[in-house]
Amino acid sequence: MRMPIAITLNGERREVRAASVAELLAEIGLDTRKVAVELNEEIVPRSTYAAQGLTSGDQLEIVHFIGGG
Amino acid sequence: MEDSWEVAGRRFSSRLIVGTGRYKSLEETAASIEASGAEIVTVAVRRVNIADPNAPMLQDFVPPTKYTYLPNTAGCHTAKDAVRTLRLAREAGGWNLVKLEVLGPPPFLYPDMAGTFEAAAALLADNFEVMVYCADDPVAAKRLEEMGCVAIMPLGGPIGSGLGVANPYMIRAIKQQAKVPVLVDAGIGTASDAAFAMELGCDAVLLNSALAHAQDPVLMATAMKHAVIAGRAAFLAGRMPRNYEANPSSPTSGLIGR
Repeated sequence: MRMPIAITLNGERREVRAASVAELLAEIGLDTRKVAVELNEEIVPRSTYAAQGLTSGDQLEIVHFIGGG
Repeated sequence: MEDSWEVAGRRFSSRLIVGTGRYKSLEETAASIEASGAEIVTVAVRRVNIADPNAPMLQDFVPPTKYTYLPNTAGCHTAKDAVRTLRLAREAGGWNLVKLEVLGPPPFLYPDMAGTFEAAAALLADNFEVMVYCADDPVAAKRLEEMGCVAIMPLGGPIGSGLGVANPYMIRAIKQQAKVPVLVDAGIGTASDAAFAMELGCDAVLLNSALAHAQDPVLMATAMKHAVIAGRAAFLAGRMPRNYEANPSSPTSGLIGR
């Protein structure tokens, strides 16, 4: 763990200690098999969650499937 | 005779595709979809609730191992948002078959065809298999097919309106000229609307609110299942010609008292 950095997560500013996308998902408590992640408008492939670092100011979207028509 | 249809190399026996939105609960969603006999379900892509990561998820009730998930772009009003949404959907689900819709403003949410063409081109270039929601416009429909879309899905009526198939002549025209499946998407309100769409020759029907907003969604799902089967059979059987004079079915000879 490291000093917290400020990111924007699903439209809200948030301080996180996670150094990677994998750590962030673990910090939130999300099942990685059921979500998808976009970092600064680029898809983060699931295979790279551990390698993908986070920097202050990053914009993340974490989505999943919900009911829809 | 086995009557099935194929889209993007996948074969299905049910000609009813149902949405998974607007139900009272995930339990009701699951029961309605089960009763409908659908093999494909549409799903939306939305932000997870960070505050409640353990909230029940759609996949737990409508398993992607049992149903083919068709991610949509509902709520997207620009090509850019639609393409971003489906790239996320592909990462979440791992498949390329998607439903594209780029919508105009309320109150009609009519397909924005300029945005739809732009998004379709980007998605096709990125190896998506695109089932496309569109206006009941035969010229636009043909162009989408020529671009490489795998199914053409003209609206029957506005999304969630339950008004039925407003323009059957153009739906029929789109089907007659198409080499890919044509589905009526949106507008279906009750079983007769779904049967009517199938009688026009459509390959399948896509609906959501007709089930979710019925008083008894599970019973309506059963009705829709049978309506689609009946409409398809009637189309294949070929209806009798319309006559504007009576033509009795019973013999006119041998009547008593003559």
